[in-house]
Amino acid sequence: MPDRVGIVAAAMTKFEAAKPWQHLAELVLEVTDKVVEAAGISLQKDVESIVSCSQDHWDGRTISSMPIPDVTCGHLKDESKVADDGAYAVLYGAMHILSGDHKLVLVVSHCAESHTDGTIIENWSIDHIFTRMLGLDYTLAAAMQARRYMDKYGITPEQFAKVVVKNKGNAKKNPYAQDSATLSVIDVLKSQMLADPITVMDRKPVSDGACAMILATEEIAKKLTDKPVWIKGAGNCYDPHFLGDRELADCDALETASKKAYKMAGIKNPVKEIDVVELSEYYSYQELLWTEGLGLCKRGEGGKFIDSGKTQLNGDIPVNPSGGLLSGIPITVAGMSRVAEAVWQLQGRSGERQIPGAKLAVAHGCGGICGQMHCVLVLGN
Amino acid sequence: MANEVVKKEPMFTEGYVIMPYKYSVGTLASKFFIEIRDHKKINGVKCPKCNIVIVPPRSVCIKCFNKIEDLVELSGKGTLVTYTVAHYDSAVQAMKPPYAIGVIKLDGADTAITHFIGEVDFKELKAGMKLEAVFNETRNANILDIKYFKPVKNKG
Ligand SMILES: [Zn+2]
Repeated sequence: MPDRVGIVAAAMTKFEAAKPWQHLAELVLEVTDKVVEAAGISLQKDVESIVSCSQDHWDGRTISSMPIPDVTCGHLKDESKVADDGAYAVLYGAMHILSGDHKLVLVVSHCAESHTDGTIIENWSIDHIFTRMLGLDYTLAAAMQARRYMDKYGITPEQFAKVVVKNKGNAKKNPYAQDSATLSVIDVLKSQMLADPITVMDRKPVSDGACAMILATEEIAKKLTDKPVWIKGAGNCYDPHFLGDRELADCDALETASKKAYKMAGIKNPVKEIDVVELSEYYSYQELLWTEGLGLCKRGEGGKFIDSGKTQLNGDIPVNPSGGLLSGIPITVAGMSRVAEAVWQLQGRSGERQIPGAKLAVAHGCGGICGQMHCVLVLGN
Repeated sequence: MANEVVKKEPMFTEGYVIMPYKYSVGTLASKFFIEIRDHKKINGVKCPKCNIVIVPPRSVCIKCFNKIEDLVELSGKGTLVTYTVAHYDSAVQAMKPPYAIGVIKLDGADTAITHFIGEVDFKELKAGMKLEAVFNETRNANILDIKYFKPVKNKG
């Protein structure tokens, strides 16, 4: 049985507010073509299994993975789907290899958020007996989490806004990013208020696109590339669904997931050892809270951490050099795109946003209301 | 050639997902909603093993996974844990914005419920403020039988 899983190559579409010229399977086709070419393999002969991530409601059909084998040469092969977030598809793809069942796996995720009204899907994902009729969606819930975080630890909307300024600024160096801008904290604070304290700029924009990668056994990964990226650690954990069951100002599930992943990877001092972090901030405050959950700073110190400048592109531990989700990445693709960005960093393929000499990276995916579930992957070269 | 055509004039096909559901709410929630409808009383559940009081009611304890079978009556008063004011409209919202929504910990409960906050000046919203439930005149045994929670007025 193989003991290491290598990521051979990663690919993305450019992310855009709408991609009306491609249907969903064509998004998958685009990234599949790119990743197969980058890996130098034959889709037909070499890929044994296809793991995809998409969601039925977003795709507006049951079995959202139905068209995927058609565009990935998947007929008469092993095909399976992970819902929720793409980071979990990478984890599941790695399990396919670790099980000894497959030697080479294509992992792909897609979503076109422009096709429907996401607030309806968010509302439908919320408890239907006691909560759904209130009309709750993720932005209202996030606003309540952000408020609780401010109240408990004295974090400020200015500190949230700094995340937007940093990530939209970083996105200028990322050719795949949808939105980039030179902003000030004031620009963010003065933008349209959605749900106090969250403004329209504090929320990730509607986005369409896809992401793919090739996972392989150690032996095959080494044959295919001189720059394999190894999955060194993984952890995932769930919090309760009901907001009132949780302490919203802390992210216990992420703390547990990251501790598991670091232990597996042999990381003792995350902030010293990790070179770059790509995390899933659907809202600006989440980047601060998730840096706490990832053990990069102490509980309640996410605000001070962004103030310190350490998470800037040229800081000690850059967070979201790609521009993060705030620069526009669709749900489901979100976590997988974090892994892909981390892979490129470790392969030295990140162009202007490259962190020089990056050797150890953390990629984070999350999903559910107020970050209910978290998946942490530690990657190294 | 096809590429040029789609760039110039992309085509769409429309679809709607309209699925009616009649969800069973289960044993404890049935009792919970009947108590609200008939007596304007909010109930939680108490775990017989670790003694925590959970609302909305669950048939399994969220801490120790012990089975729970009975409801306990709560006063309908509580404390605001966190809140927001909605300033945007959406297809799913039950109220016209702006309105306040919060997470409210009822007295005697260890968990909190999400609901609207009414009869309040948004500037006065503050974590820790005391609230009490206001019920709708017409009640249909669902969560909207609670109209909202309003601030408890200080005596004197
Ligand atoms: Zn218990």
